[in-house]
Amino acid sequence: MKISNAVVEKHGLKLEEYSKIKELLKREPNLLELGIFSAMWNEHCSYKSSRIHLKNLPVKGKHVIQGPGENAGVIDIGDDDAIIFKIESHNHPSYIEPYQGAATGVGGILRDVFTMGARPIALLNSIHFGSPNHPKTKTLLNGVVSGISGYGNCIGIPTVAGETKFDSTYNENILVNAMAVGYAKKDKIFYSKAKGLNKSVVYVGSKTGRDGIHGASMASAEFDENSEDKKPTVQVGDPFTEKLLMEACLELMKDNSIISIQDMGAAGLTSSSVEMASKGGLGIKLHLDKVPCREEGMTPYEMMLSESQERMLIILEDEKEKEAKKIFEKWDLDFVVIGKTTETNNLTLIFKNEIVGEIPIDALASKAPMYDRSWTKIKLPEKKISIKDLKKIKLEDSFLKILSSPNQSNKSWVTDQFDQMVMADTAQKSGADAAIIRIHNKEKAIAVTVDSSANYCKAHPLTGGKQIVCESWRNLISVGAKPIAITNCLNFGNPEDPNVMGQFAECLIGIKEACEFLDYPVVSGNVSFYNGTNKKNIDPTPVIGGVGLVLESKNKINHILNKEGNIILQIGKTFGHLYQSVFFKEIYSIYEGPPPDVNLSNEKNNGEIVLKLINNKLITAVHDVSAGGLILALAEMSLSSEYGLKIKKPEKLSNLMEYYFGEDQGRYLLEIEPKNFENVTKILNENNIFNETIATVQKDFFELQGEFKININYLYKTNNKWYNSY
Amino acid sequence: MNSSVIVFPGSNCDRDVAVALGKLKFKNTMVWHKETILPKSDLIVIPGGFSYGDYLRSGAIAAKSNILNEVINAANNGCLVLGICNGFQILTEAGLLKGVLLRNKNLKFIGKDIYVKTLNTDNKFCNKYKQDQVLKFNIAHNEGNYFTSLDHLKKLEDQNLIPFKYCDSKGTINEESNPNGSLNNIAGIFNERKNILGLMPHPERMVDQIISNNNGINLFASLLN
Repeated sequence: MKISNAVVEKHGLKLEEYSKIKELLKREPNLLELGIFSAMWNEHCSYKSSRIHLKNLPVKGKHVIQGPGENAGVIDIGDDDAIIFKIESHNHPSYIEPYQGAATGVGGILRDVFTMGARPIALLNSIHFGSPNHPKTKTLLNGVVSGISGYGNCIGIPTVAGETKFDSTYNENILVNAMAVGYAKKDKIFYSKAKGLNKSVVYVGSKTGRDGIHGASMASAEFDENSEDKKPTVQVGDPFTEKLLMEACLELMKDNSIISIQDMGAAGLTSSSVEMASKGGLGIKLHLDKVPCREEGMTPYEMMLSESQERMLIILEDEKEKEAKKIFEKWDLDFVVIGKTTETNNLTLIFKNEIVGEIPIDALASKAPMYDRSWTKIKLPEKKISIKDLKKIKLEDSFLKILSSPNQSNKSWVTDQFDQMVMADTAQKSGADAAIIRIHNKEKAIAVTVDSSANYCKAHPLTGGKQIVCESWRNLISVGAKPIAITNCLNFGNPEDPNVMGQFAECLIGIKEACEFLDYPVVSGNVSFYNGTNKKNIDPTPVIGGVGLVLESKNKINHILNKEGNIILQIGKTFGHLYQSVFFKEIYSIYEGPPPDVNLSNEKNNGEIVLKLINNKLITAVHDVSAGGLILALAEMSLSSEYGLKIKKPEKLSNLMEYYFGEDQGRYLLEIEPKNFENVTKILNENNIFNETIATVQKDFFELQGEFKININYLYKTNNKWYNSY
Repeated sequence: MNSSVIVFPGSNCDRDVAVALGKLKFKNTMVWHKETILPKSDLIVIPGGFSYGDYLRSGAIAAKSNILNEVINAANNGCLVLGICNGFQILTEAGLLKGVLLRNKNLKFIGKDIYVKTLNTDNKFCNKYKQDQVLKFNIAHNEGNYFTSLDHLKKLEDQNLIPFKYCDSKGTINEESNPNGSLNNIAGIFNERKNILGLMPHPERMVDQIISNNNGINLFASLLN
């Protein structure tokens, strides 16, 4: 069959890319080969627009065992223990079919983690929906949350933290990012690099069906009004099979049978085999007749491009087949040798005794296109508005309105659908600044969080990029963890648009600067471009997944108030930055102006001292001050406990709204017992850390002197009503 | 005391139960569902999870597995059997306990801490608890909405076969403190002989102060008495 231009375009390839394919092959590809190129060269698999920028990120550090480039990143947490983690997007499928899209997003990221030899110990998610008033939002919210819950609960990994946000920018393109964290012994980590000639290539897991064909290409295109027609390209998840696959793989990993292992994620059998061969500098020959198929009459094209879930490809050591097969049979899973490694450096596909496709591995991997797309620099917006010129509004009214707004409401409607306790090591569930998972049978624990600030990133990507890294760092500090490393999920619009590319490039510069300064490297990640519909791009939404170490889980801390009479001290200075704040957005519908400035050296000092105070047991609760400002942070402390607060206004105050709603960075709230107060302030002052006493813990009432006095039950009801009435 | 934890494909609280039993020095064996012989056991635990993916109906396929015949025989001979969450569902599907567990009233998975009131302490499972003691447990299920015939419900109440009912933190049993729509706020039931207990909440998640609390310890400790 002659490949027409229309066929090329249908595969998501540009005509000049097709010319390059012909050049690399020194002939025209057949349809199967074209499909394989399209699967490997699309944005999702090749990172062709992002690679040039990603390579600047700091990826090394004393805790880093494996940085980006593998299935997931690996960090060292001491005592030969390693933590393996990654975040990934499943935005496009989730918009088309929310339940399966979100579920398979969870399944995919779990495979990335257990492929490397880790037992998954925690799941997190960052989900962004359109405006609550948009007709699709409710269905999407319901579908995505139950998809995440359905998969994670069934497989038995606790879903412990996340964020759920609403903004009209996601009306036609929601974001579903899932993160998985696993634990392994440092000397038992498995990589995807193939080694050795004539080794068996084994297919394990579910059978291959026709679902998800061209899923990766779909995720690399913008949506239009026909996107609904793409439903057949969304994969269907089966968490039960994944549980069996996980147990079988972990059982096989106990000995030394595996040379290399790779999950069949995006672009299924194609990307897994090419990746293994490419990393090992080998060729691979597959006998497609042997691929276990769910349906009769499947063609090589369908087999190579199917994204059926819960499948893995393993390269086994000689003589290990029998033992390995026994394990998979115990778990009632397919186990079939479908090929061998070769010295040809080609991907060779055989079907019915004929070579049906043959492509040099490097043409699919290292020689895939890389673009340095043009991008425009984004200037820091000016400050044009003064709060003093705006219509006056009562602080109490603004506060209660924000507290009951969709984005600031209590999210237990979401988190109550997740099993957070299975595995019985969850020492801090969602609702705190970060979750804490104890390492099984050990004293130590890890803390995990996911964060994003799309409006800051939109206003000024460079500052926004820095800010999210700092926010992630603060959230870990606030539960008593030393931040170790991050994974990132970079959700952006169309990279062919220089403005989007500018947002991308500058967010990454911001992320890089903050990560370098805080010694908080990036060990894994994922890029999702083409988020948008009909030329309208989403706001840039990089999501940061952070992991920190808690040396002794019994020293864990959170933001829950402990005792009447305790003192609340704020550290970090409040300047009253209202641009891009929740207050401006919710109360005045003002969306312009710069995000709050990020001072990395303050962040570092403040964070390190807070951690020291926690480790010396001088403080009883900590909370970082973020979206919504000081008053929201105080309310959150009160809402999570049985106590109220008596908040005292500072003596010199230029503007009440600026002070209580400003979103200046680098701030924490500390609860201190009176007996430790002097000691704490002394330490802070010695380290030149700005601090001020702002409240005391009291019973029953959340009270701001001279402004309002609210019963905490009422506060709780206000914060809890939105989801339940939506 | 010898215990056996039955492991089905899809069980996911098997390890957690084993850890809890280990804390109390049970001599525990994990028993794979394909086995046809049960090790000598004073206690059999059917743990939570999604046995066989909960396909068909939660617990339905597990109730027909090889090992369940052995569990049924042992139970009929007086062996203590504890079914937690999916384990409770399996016990009802196997006919060892009467009634069914329907979808939660709100049609959503519910995963959260709840309170239960201890209403019967005169049995092998709860003798270390105090009468009317309020316990904070964790639930995590899609189908925990217990339902049975009126006759059977009356029998459960009259013969004091309901050791745990959902309540609030003060011990009040009412509609607000019923998380899943269960009849009469039932969180767990016995068979007539009281050697079989099925309950939806997870006591094995409540055996460590650092993680949650110690409210579940006494359930396992009672069994040693």
